[in-house]
Amino acid sequence: MAATQKDPVIVVLQLSGGNDYLNTVIPFNDPLYRDNRPAVGLPDDQILHFDKTYGFNPAMAPLKKVWDEGKLAVLHGVGYANSPRSHFRSMDIWHTCEPDKVGTEGWLGRVAREYDPNKENVVTVVSFGPSLFRALSVPGVPVACVAGPLEKYGFLPTIQERAQRLNVLDRFARMYAPAVGSGVMEYLGTTGLDSLKGADILKVAPQRYASTVKYPETQIARKLRGIAQVHLADLGSRIFYCDHGSFDTHAGQNPGHGALWSAVTEGLDAFMTDLREHDHADNVIVLLFSEFGRRVHDNGSGTDHGAAGPVFVLGEKVKGGHYGEYPSLKAEKLVQGDLNPSMDFRSVYSTILEKWLKLDPKPIVGGTFEQPAFLN
Amino acid sequence: MAHQEDIALMAHLMRRAGFGAGRDELEARVAKGYEATVEELLHPETQPPVDIYTLLRYQPAALLPGGQPPMGNVNYMYYLVNTKRPLEEKVTLFWHHVFATGNSKVDNYDQLLEQIALFREKGMGNYRDLLVAIARNPTMIFWLDNNENHGTAVNENWGRELLELFSMGVGNYTEKDVRDASRAFTGWTFETKIPRLPFGRFPWKFEYRAEDHDDGEKEFLGRRGRLNGEDIINTIVEQPACARFVSRHLYNFFVADEPQVPAWSIDAPRDPKAIDTLATAFRDSQYDIRSVLRVLFNSSFFKNARFQHMKSPAEVVVGSLRLVGGSELPRPGYGELSMQPSYMGQDLLNPPSVEGWHTGPEWINSGSLMARINFVAELVGDPSLPGVRSIIDRLKAKGTLSPEQLVDGCLDLLGPVEVGTDTRRELIDQAKEWGPMSWDSEVKARTADKRTAEMLQLIVATREYQFA
Repeated sequence: MAATQKDPVIVVLQLSGGNDYLNTVIPFNDPLYRDNRPAVGLPDDQILHFDKTYGFNPAMAPLKKVWDEGKLAVLHGVGYANSPRSHFRSMDIWHTCEPDKVGTEGWLGRVAREYDPNKENVVTVVSFGPSLFRALSVPGVPVACVAGPLEKYGFLPTIQERAQRLNVLDRFARMYAPAVGSGVMEYLGTTGLDSLKGADILKVAPQRYASTVKYPETQIARKLRGIAQVHLADLGSRIFYCDHGSFDTHAGQNPGHGALWSAVTEGLDAFMTDLREHDHADNVIVLLFSEFGRRVHDNGSGTDHGAAGPVFVLGEKVKGGHYGEYPSLKAEKLVQGDLNPSMDFRSVYSTILEKWLKLDPKPIVGGTFEQPAFLN
Repeated sequence: MAHQEDIALMAHLMRRAGFGAGRDELEARVAKGYEATVEELLHPETQPPVDIYTLLRYQPAALLPGGQPPMGNVNYMYYLVNTKRPLEEKVTLFWHHVFATGNSKVDNYDQLLEQIALFREKGMGNYRDLLVAIARNPTMIFWLDNNENHGTAVNENWGRELLELFSMGVGNYTEKDVRDASRAFTGWTFETKIPRLPFGRFPWKFEYRAEDHDDGEKEFLGRRGRLNGEDIINTIVEQPACARFVSRHLYNFFVADEPQVPAWSIDAPRDPKAIDTLATAFRDSQYDIRSVLRVLFNSSFFKNARFQHMKSPAEVVVGSLRLVGGSELPRPGYGELSMQPSYMGQDLLNPPSVEGWHTGPEWINSGSLMARINFVAELVGDPSLPGVRSIIDRLKAKGTLSPEQLVDGCLDLLGPVEVGTDTRRELIDQAKEWGPMSWDSEVKARTADKRTAEMLQLIVATREYQFA
């Protein structure tokens, strides 16, 4: 299936390290917030109150703007039962939708396979980050992973004679073609061929790009700018992925946590402005998640690993508002000192899959889950 | 001339216990013998240390790079490329993978290099002692917030990762064990840092503060008492799970790729008998790492695991630089050179998280595959580099080469690299386009140099070459 310009696109921004729920969406009226946060609690006059009950971290002003425009869905208490409180296992669960065993397929990789079963477009999925995120990884599904500038994406640039280089690249393609040996050899083969093709396609994106938007000088803004370049080039890319971190704020949470959110929200602001300037914003949603929230009671300087957290979805077509319930902070409601999840993360995915990506969520998330109605 | 099989086995040992070796070195080591070579590698003190003063004459800032991004890597890369104690440096890299500590938070390359030096010094000693040393290492203490772990306010970061990533793996302890282990390490901190200005950075020093230690009753893995940090470590090493966990780390790094650490509590090892053998060696030797490595390198499961390990970016970069030569001296551009692994997904001294890097096939994605191939191809494509020159000279000495002889000669001298029949056929087809190769005349020699270098480039671009 060839993508047209207005096919729905999803951008995932992963907040790696475990984002602190209580200092992101702050229940400022709840006396238990103050009781539990003697060290890292945020002063009321700094909190960005966005309704009578909740406020954002002071560093999240650009996101509050999205809320005020009615384009931000705040999903509460998202997680899963028996949170392992391990970064790595938790991230795996979010990526593969497999809370009980080690999954091998990423949920977005499955989406890509549905969209492009015959691998007609090797840039259906484009990832900006140092490694291949497991959420994208499904055997045989190509992912273009861009670690540096898009312009440098290509093989063997040092062979000077053009004819000889094309000749050698042709040989390279033939050497990577046969599926020999183990699964790893096959994986290497398809990765090599797909990136050979992907390089040819992606190199046009920075050439076509022109924008008046100035992105901040942060890593996440650079990644989002790369995503904008590819999206605006209309190459049929449907899934974009990037990450920022580390949100693992065991110590010195203030001001570190705020600095992370400034980078993320200011980068997103530039990104959405860029897309709107080019009339390419309507078919994009952005999903922000973290592998877990953090402990309710602070540890004197930061917060330890916890359970439930918030998820944000934003975009022109998102129905802004609260979805689900903020888990109770009451001591008897906590699980080992952590917020008890009130919404399964696969619920969020299910809405996105059914309402936005127009796919049957069941085989992708491995079951039927309630769908919060943040998309029409 | 050494037997081809002996060369291949020695090349395997040197790729795994070091960063590969050129043909001259392999032939000398084969003459000395396999087990004798293993012993030499296990006793780095028999070889001269890296001459750090040469580096410092050219790059003084590499002594105490502070926060300067490439200079910490320059220092580390200089050791990796120049060491005459390959296993010492490989074991150091191993512990850096396990006790992954990163500049993203530490923001102090002096301290990270000090931690690397600790691995260099104690990496083949006793594992229990190493755990105690790393628990007292200020860089680790800061990285995992143990300086914020107080008697009155417990911070679980170090306590949890000690159990989950450094010693036993999930499934071998409860949340209560995490809590009480963390309590036992309260008061393990470092001396108040001296402000950086105006004199620059000062080294961090471990400090035990009894008044900040929670001296209350604790229970950890069945052991009760007013436990302190060393009691926790002593209890950990008594657990069968500990020897098995560290053995699996060693197996994954030195023998053959395992799944990522979080899967270990769920997926069985690919060779359970090998893990048993290593774990037994650990217990029999009271956790002497050198003894376990001796068993490992002399085992048949190791010798039979040729090309069962995806090279890490550090192995790709260091192995290539050592093969082609010319990077022994620090020179302008060393900073860029030392950042090469990061372009392939392994930013040394700055792992993505305390879990370290995901290894094996997870090193490979479209971007990192391109970065690896392009880097190695640029080096082996340059006949002016001594290692490339030496490969070409050895080929030249054979007279006129048929396409098959050119391909097999290049494969042999780059490893020996073992490639599949399809790959070999493609390489030969490429060589056939060029015809027989000879260095008879100056004109022919220029072409032969160039084509040989292109053949080497094509070989390092193969899938097979991504394995060690």
